[in-house]
Amino acid sequence: MLSKTLGAYILRILLSSLLTLGTSLGDEKEARRLLVEIVLREGAERAAALEALGDEGDPVIASMVEAWRGGQILRYRTDNATIILFKDGEAFSTLLTGEAVVPATGPKIDRPSRKLRKTLKRIVDLIDLSSPDFDKRIEAALKLGLSQNPQYLPDLKARAKRQEDSNTQRAFDEAVAISELANGSIENRLAAIRTLGSMKSFRARDYIERCISTDGDTKPTDEMVTAAKRAFAEIDSHQKMVDFIGTLFRGLSLGSVLLLVSYGLAITFGQMGVINMAHGEFIAIGGYTTYIVQNKFASAFGEGSSVYGYYFITAIPLAFMVSAIVGAIMEKGLIQFLYKRPLESLLATWGISMVLQQVFRLYFGAANVSVSSPQWLAGSLQVGDVSMSYSRVALIVCVAFVVIGTYLLLSKTSWGLHVRATMQNRQMASSLGVPSGRVNMITFAFGSGLAGLAGAFLSQIGNVGPSMGQTYIVDSFMVVVVGGVGNLLGATLSSLGIGMVDQGLQPILGPVMGKISVLFMIILFLQIKPGGLFPARSRSLDD
Amino acid sequence: MESVLSRIRGWLLLKDNSDLGFLALLFGVMIALPLGNALFPDGSALHVSSFALGVWGKYLCYAILAISLNMLWGYTGLLCLGQCLFFALGGYAFGMYLMLMIGELGSYGSKLPDFMVFLGYEKLPAHWKPFYSPTFAILAAAWVPGLVALIFGILAFRSRIKGVYFAILTQALTYAAALLFFRNDFTFGGNNGFTDFRFILGADIRIDSTSRWLFIASCLLLFAVYWLVARILETKFGKIQQAIRDSENRVRFSGYSTTHFKVFIFVVSAMIAGLAGALYVPQAGIINPSEMWPAKGLDIVVWVAVGGRGTKLGPVIGAILVNLLKSWATRAYPESWLIILGMVFVLVVLFMPNGIVGLWAQIKARWSKGRLSKPETTVAST
Repeated sequence: MLSKTLGAYILRILLSSLLTLGTSLGDEKEARRLLVEIVLREGAERAAALEALGDEGDPVIASMVEAWRGGQILRYRTDNATIILFKDGEAFSTLLTGEAVVPATGPKIDRPSRKLRKTLKRIVDLIDLSSPDFDKRIEAALKLGLSQNPQYLPDLKARAKRQEDSNTQRAFDEAVAISELANGSIENRLAAIRTLGSMKSFRARDYIERCISTDGDTKPTDEMVTAAKRAFAEIDSHQKMVDFIGTLFRGLSLGSVLLLVSYGLAITFGQMGVINMAHGEFIAIGGYTTYIVQNKFASAFGEGSSVYGYYFITAIPLAFMVSAIVGAIMEKGLIQFLYKRPLESLLATWGISMVLQQVFRLYFGAANVSVSSPQWLAGSLQVGDVSMSYSRVALIVCVAFVVIGTYLLLSKTSWGLHVRATMQNRQMASSLGVPSGRVNMITFAFGSGLAGLAGAFLSQIGNVGPSMGQTYIVDSFMVVVVGGVGNLLGATLSSLGIGMVDQGLQPILGPVMGKISVLFMIILFLQIKPGGLFPARSRSLDD
Repeated sequence: MESVLSRIRGWLLLKDNSDLGFLALLFGVMIALPLGNALFPDGSALHVSSFALGVWGKYLCYAILAISLNMLWGYTGLLCLGQCLFFALGGYAFGMYLMLMIGELGSYGSKLPDFMVFLGYEKLPAHWKPFYSPTFAILAAAWVPGLVALIFGILAFRSRIKGVYFAILTQALTYAAALLFFRNDFTFGGNNGFTDFRFILGADIRIDSTSRWLFIASCLLLFAVYWLVARILETKFGKIQQAIRDSENRVRFSGYSTTHFKVFIFVVSAMIAGLAGALYVPQAGIINPSEMWPAKGLDIVVWVAVGGRGTKLGPVIGAILVNLLKSWATRAYPESWLIILGMVFVLVVLFMPNGIVGLWAQIKARWSKGRLSKPETTVAST
């Protein structure tokens, strides 16, 4: 369901960008013509035309009416005609064609009168109510509703009947009801409270409270108070639900980050017995690769171009590749000599980690570098009242792919068979003809590549800096230990679990105490299950 | 001559001549350096500056810390990545005493330590009160880390967490503690920790004679700790300790409760690390939570590995050499010293598995065999 909404969203963005490309030029000309016509009119005729403008949701018109209100659109009477001028700073141009004009000195220039400005303000506020952009329309409706300005109530009511989209319909109804709380009759107010209660509108809560407070100008009836109480109960229970789902979502996304980071670790540490302290630096390699790709795209296509938005798609496989290659080099040059000495691999990779961090600092500077989110990952998905940022949704989806992909690779391919055989018993596997040297290298490279992939995603939701990997490394070691070393299913469950518990505790205990309690819970958990969720089974005594 | 040596050996209850050599050297340093500081004027070739005394005093504290880790890792096979936590806890305990001794000389002129005034404390928290007593502070520098080690050790060893798992859990422990100490409301100065000390045991902490006494105290502690480790190794307890390292299950099957042994050693080692921290703080002049950051714990492991794991002298040599290298490299190559240090670790692990102490034996073995063979590790990997 999630991917379906995401797909619909992407489709919508593509469509709307196509539409604006095709029509904006013609629209603007039309809008200019329309506006000139209105400005030229006088009195009641103009007022009627302006009212009609309020129904035009066109953003071009909206911006021009705004300019009019701000005194940027002027009437300039020459001897034989009246020209409408557009003033930009000190320069003038004709509104109709946009060509530059220098008006003669001391001309008769009409500025909009006070009354006209007031009307214009109203129009500006109302124009967004008809905006073709639904989000903008919703925002405008709620803004007017929350202002509880009686002036806008009839407009809101009239437009509420015309909405076709269910989201905008809801927003208009909500806006009308909130406005009614202050402006309606007693019956209207009661109905509004009931409506808002059944809509579970959190933003209306304070307004309802104000509506039934006894120190207002209208005394609330008992019926209203009971209705309000019921509405509060409904709103609060809904809000709790929303908070819970929000926490769940954040937990899921944190868990996905942990999962992505610790999957690489579960493979190199769990399956190969190598403690790779430089794993965090592979994450940073992924992050910096994304950064470089972003800069290359910016310099090649320009930041405003539509191609620029795809830099992230390009960066993902590159981040994997670069980290995997560095991992392969490290395995060949260092790790392969240390398979029998796991604790010493810890020291050597710690050295590598120091070297890499310093190299990052020398090349990219000690400060974090900025990686911007591409347009299509900005914003957030609104499901009911829960908002989920697209970058996190994308992260969760991709992590699901990685998990399934890794599982298939390890369980269905012959390479996976070789990997598992080598992990179980290196000597036995190689004596049976498995090229264990090569398998080790590829496995290590794969694990490192996953870290790079994690880095690419983390660049979207966190910072990219020389020590970005250090933030996650302790946590991800914990994930592997809790999951049971060498068990990918365990790593999946434990990272999601740790993510959820962490996010669940944070609102109660604060971020630091939350983290500390998670660490202590892990230590206690290992009391009950020292081998983790899925302990590795072995008949040998000294493992 | 021989009889004098054997008499000293008997008196120290040690069997090994090399131990005597080291202890004699340490004794010499303990006398010579402070004398050089006290007797020779500034500018003389034999003058030892108070700054140098402070630096070497810190190195000796590091050496003690390295010995405490070597007790665990080198002789019992327990790699602890959180030894820095015990060191820092000891440092904090003694730092609390030093903070209280500032008295009203702080920048706020209050009886409370500056950071407490800054954070708006009205009066001293109850757990700070006993730290007016230096005896209590020194004891706390040992028992607080000891208690933490006891609780964690019981939890970890009872459920037979060992090897890599133990290493990672100790790292998590020190990480959690560092996060806790970084908090301002934890009453230990948050990010900035303790600094600007004025008096120690009634003496001004900035004068030369205090530096000398602190240096001598560091030497004495190193002396005692080294002797303790050397002595333990010659007892039955030491044999079991090493047996646990080599094959814990066989020891257990022989009827020993390895859990008890491990917890005991863990606690002793934590207490030693805490005392080293307590001596370190007045000489360094500062203690803050970055001392217990996981990276510090790995640093200590590196000292031991470079010097020679599972040897008595190795940790001392490793701690001093790596820190000398660090202070030289930070000055000579401020940009790339981390790269140098990192490469040294890699090379040591790859080519000197027994560290500097084992280098001679390694060269000799290769020489006598006359062929390229992989160096044998004397210490079984865990």
